[in-house]
Amino acid sequence: MHVSEGILTGPVLAGGAVLAAAGVAIGLRRMSVEATPRTAMLAAVFFVASLIHVPLGPSNVHLILNGLAGLLLGWSVFPALAVALLLQAMLFQFGGLTVLGVNTLLMALPGLLVYLALGRAVRGARTSAAVFAAGCAAGALSVALAGVLLTLALALGGRGFLGVAGALLAAHVPVMVADGLVTGFCVLLLHKVRPSALDPAGAEAPP
Amino acid sequence: MSCLGFLGGGSRVHRLDPRVRVASAALMSVPIALSTGLAVPAMALLAGLALASAARLPEAALLRRLGRLNLFVLFLWLVLPWSPPGPGAGPAPVEEGILLALAITLKANAIVLVFTALVATVAPADLGHALRSLGLPDKLVHVFLFAIRYTDVIHGEYERLRCAMKARAFLAKFNLHTLRTFGYLVGLLLVRSLDRAERVLAAMKCRGFDGRFRTLHAFAMRPADRVFLGAVLVATGGWMWMALA
Repeated sequence: MHVSEGILTGPVLAGGAVLAAAGVAIGLRRMSVEATPRTAMLAAVFFVASLIHVPLGPSNVHLILNGLAGLLLGWSVFPALAVALLLQAMLFQFGGLTVLGVNTLLMALPGLLVYLALGRAVRGARTSAAVFAAGCAAGALSVALAGVLLTLALALGGRGFLGVAGALLAAHVPVMVADGLVTGFCVLLLHKVRPSALDPAGAEAPP
Repeated sequence: MSCLGFLGGGSRVHRLDPRVRVASAALMSVPIALSTGLAVPAMALLAGLALASAARLPEAALLRRLGRLNLFVLFLWLVLPWSPPGPGAGPAPVEEGILLALAITLKANAIVLVFTALVATVAPADLGHALRSLGLPDKLVHVFLFAIRYTDVIHGEYERLRCAMKARAFLAKFNLHTLRTFGYLVGLLLVRSLDRAERVLAAMKCRGFDGRFRTLHAFAMRPADRVFLGAVLVATGGWMWMALA
C-alpha cells in the first residue's frame, strides 16, 4: 500500500507528514530506550515480510501485515513503520521521502487503531479459535482501513484519481484475505509460543 | 539484498558532506512535489539527470529502479486521460489528463533521480548521523540504524526458512495451506528476532549503552559543500517561486 512520488498534492502531503510526525513523536515518547532494539528488529521483520508474495492468478499480492505490526508494537508502530518505509524508499524506491509521511500514516494508523480495538481481545482470548478470529479480524481490518485512507488521500488530491482509487481499493480485497489469514495464524503461533510478544505496552515501558 | 548498490565510487557527489546531500534532496523535493505545471518538474528532471551522471551511478541498478517506478506511472497513463476531473464532473478533455500524467511522470522520475544520486550514495551509518544532525530524535535514529543493521540478518534468516520449506516441496498458491504456512513463517521470524533484540540489548548494556548517540568521526563542511548547498538553495527558491506563482 504505497503512494509513489509526485502523485498527491502539496496539502495532502503536508497534512500526512504532520500527522505521521505526531504519531512518531508520541510513539517515541512512550518507547523506553531499552525498547529501541525490539522496535528496530520488528521494523526489519515487517520490512522482510513485505517481500513475501502470495501468487494470485497470473499475478501476486504481497503481504502488508500492518495489523500484525500494530498488535506487536502498539504506539511504537509509528516509528517502526516510518523506519521500515524509509528503508524501503532507500532500497526499492517504492515511495520516497516526500510521501513518507502519508505512507507512514496509511500503514501505521490502521495498525494502531487495530491494536487499540483488538489488542486486548487477542491477548485475553481463552480458546485458539478466539485468538485466530481476533487475529484475522485485526489483519483484514487494518488493510481495509489503509485502503480507505489511501482512497481518501487520492480523493483529497482533487481531480482525476477516483477511477484509480476505486481500482486500487478493489485490488486490495485479495490482500485483505491474505493478510487477515496470515495474521490470524501468526497470532495463533505467537499466543502459544511467546504470549509476551503480543503485549507491546509491557515491552515499551522501562523494566 | 543490500542498500549498498549506489555507495561505491568516489565521484564528486560521493565526496559531499552527507548532511548537505540529505538536506539538499529534502529541500529540492518540496517544490517538485508542490508544483502544478510542467516547467518545474522538467527542470528538476534535468537537475536529477545531471546529479545522477555527476555521481556516476551504476546504470543497470538505476534503470532497474526507474523501471519499477515507471511501471506504476504507466498504470496512471492508462487511467488518467479518461477519468473525470472530480466527483460528479463530466468527462474532461483528454489533453488535461495527458498533461497531468506527463507532469506526474516528470515529477516522479525527477525525485527518484535526485534521491538516488544524493541520498542512496550516503553510507547507512553516515545517513543515521546526518539525519540526527538535521534534527531527528536520537531514539528514531537508533531504530533506523538497528533496522539497517539487522534487515540483512533477518532477510538471511527468511531465506534459510524459505529454503527449508522448498526442500519440503512447499509451493506457494492462493490457498489456506499457503497462508497458514506464511503465518507460521512470519511468526517464527518474529520470535527469533525478539530473542535477537534481547541479546542485542544485553550486549549493548554491557558496553554502557545509555541511549545517547555517539560517533567516531565528525562531519566537516568544505568549500565545495557550501557552493553546492548554495546552488541547491537558489534552485529550490526559484522553483518554489515558480511553483507557487
